[in-house]
Amino acid sequence: MLRDMNRRQKLVLIRILLAGAEWILLFFLPLEDIWNGWLEFGLYLIPFLTIGYDILIKAGRGIRNRQPFDENFLMAFASLGALVLGRVRTGDYAEAVAVMLFYQIGELFQSCAVGKSRKSIAQLMDIRPDSANRVLSDGHVEKVDPDEVEVGSLIRVGPGEKIPIDGIVREGHTSLDTSALTGESVPRSVHPGDEVISGCISQTGLILVETTRVFGESTASRVLEMVENASSLKSRSEAFITRFARVYTPVVCSLAVLLGLAVPLIRLLLGLPGDFLDWITRALTFLVISCPCALVISVPLTFFAGIGGASRSGILVKGSNYLEALSRADTVVFDKTGTMTRGVFEVTEVHHATMDREQLLEYAALCESASTHPIALSLQRAWGGTVDPGRVRDVEEFSGQGVCARVDGHLMAVGNEKLMQRLSIPCSICSGVGTVVHLAMDGQYLGHLLISDTIRDGAPQAMESLKAMGVHRLVMLTGDQEKTARHVAGLLGISDVHAELLPDEKVRVLETLLERKTRHTLVFAGDGINDAPVLSRADIGIAMGALGSDAAIEAADIVLMDDDPRKIPMALSLARKCMRIVRENIFFALGVKALCLILGALGIAGMWIAIFADVGVMVLAVMNAIRAMHGK
Amino acid sequence: MKKTYGIEVDCANCAAKMEDACRKTEGVQNCVVNFMTLKMTVTFQEGADPGEVMPRVLRACRKVESDCEIRF
Repeated sequence: MLRDMNRRQKLVLIRILLAGAEWILLFFLPLEDIWNGWLEFGLYLIPFLTIGYDILIKAGRGIRNRQPFDENFLMAFASLGALVLGRVRTGDYAEAVAVMLFYQIGELFQSCAVGKSRKSIAQLMDIRPDSANRVLSDGHVEKVDPDEVEVGSLIRVGPGEKIPIDGIVREGHTSLDTSALTGESVPRSVHPGDEVISGCISQTGLILVETTRVFGESTASRVLEMVENASSLKSRSEAFITRFARVYTPVVCSLAVLLGLAVPLIRLLLGLPGDFLDWITRALTFLVISCPCALVISVPLTFFAGIGGASRSGILVKGSNYLEALSRADTVVFDKTGTMTRGVFEVTEVHHATMDREQLLEYAALCESASTHPIALSLQRAWGGTVDPGRVRDVEEFSGQGVCARVDGHLMAVGNEKLMQRLSIPCSICSGVGTVVHLAMDGQYLGHLLISDTIRDGAPQAMESLKAMGVHRLVMLTGDQEKTARHVAGLLGISDVHAELLPDEKVRVLETLLERKTRHTLVFAGDGINDAPVLSRADIGIAMGALGSDAAIEAADIVLMDDDPRKIPMALSLARKCMRIVRENIFFALGVKALCLILGALGIAGMWIAIFADVGVMVLAVMNAIRAMHGK
Repeated sequence: MKKTYGIEVDCANCAAKMEDACRKTEGVQNCVVNFMTLKMTVTFQEGADPGEVMPRVLRACRKVESDCEIRF
């Protein structure tokens, strides 16, 4: 703890120890009767001033600057009041010193605890390296400020080092630890030609990277900036606490005046003894509890910890307000393609084939080898072999229908039903869901392949967890055909499906879903490709797989760094945990303060019990806030 | 124009007070103090010169919190 202290904190610590020692010493000295008690008073001033001089000075300055109601003024007023009371009545000066002493201990503790947690959260998010190793044209390597590296420069990243700038690997291979960005613990292996993003750590090998962005626009910088700026978008709880703090101090001070002056006056009027001094002591206790710091610190700290912890799992939240809104979500709307499905077409089935599967795929792939259509690409991928261009001749493409070509001397036709009709080849009708590709050789029907999008790993589990968490409305929006949409929805266990929507129709459907008056919110999760308007229209827009996609990062409120749908329920549970802690802290801090005020007014709790309670609440609230950093 | 400065301040309430003080300074349109990252983001009014405004911001902040620091 001592190591983390700055100079000012150390000075306060020394003053605390010194004043504490003097205070204890004076406590045991029998000085009461010397010079009518003035000697004791004078001696007690030594620890009092040792520990409290700066507060007295600040209080004076506050009055001069017409900012009287700050905690320095209150503490100065309360402790001086206690001193005067001690002189005129009780002969007990220890309390005045104790008030200052405990107040300073509390402040020191708070400043250390907050500073430490602030640092540990900031460290968690520190994915941005401070330097880059630029490779010069003569092969030498120089260490430079990453801001100075221009686009197209070559940088070297050794094993164990963080990639400072986004780029493309030119030489070497390594396995990358992407966990700081995505929360994914399995390393990714990269080779020359692969894109790499900043913030990842090269684990095994040395690579040379050609930069494609400047440092400031690289992923790591952008992510960090986003998370750091997140706390400037304040949540309603934070706004509430700030407003509350503004009225809290004046109200408690007014109550103190009432207690110290009005109550004894009323008692006098009623013919009771005034007991002015007793009531003034109680009023001073009020002033001691009037600082709202425990409240003011614990709520934003909780959000900060929550946002920091989430970013560690690859969930970037753009503001505390979104975390708050997310915790109240009861409707989750999904885009289909690219979100719940991979958005990549794969050959899923082969039907009615008269030759074996491999050979059929080979012919299909060869026929389509000249095409870059997604269907053609998926055929080539499914086959897996390399195309020998010499085997394919006379390629003829029929737009929207398919391809005819001569492969190994055979006349092949690969395409949809329309192509088969054009060539008058009878074909069978497929009952499967997806795109059907028919094949024919020399006028003979061979069979057909079924190509469809596949569901992402974890998508059904994600839906299940969401349902278990009380999200009762799951809706799927898609531009795809009804049949495919129903099929995917069935696999995911979603019943509410809106298919064959154009992008602007998606917005309209979302708006009808938003039309209801509840405190619950609606989440839209999409892959950020052509659903930006929907992302921004929803209460909370979640963009998935955002590594590198600027449009998605712009439009969304929450960004998932990878495309695992299971991150959606995870984000929801993080948000709920964070809000639970915020509520705990608000109720706890307010509750203890209220209790202290009541006990103080009744004369049961003295001044330094009040301080103790105040500091205790603050420390517990800070420690509670830090819990938001860790997952479930 | 928007600029971000590092600050040094000890407590959250003091940070909130600095934010208020900065907002009321002439030439400042808006100000957000982030206590967690110890950063102050100042949006200047049209035509205001940050080099001229910031010393006044610091003075205003010092009035409410005598031992705060703004690095500009």
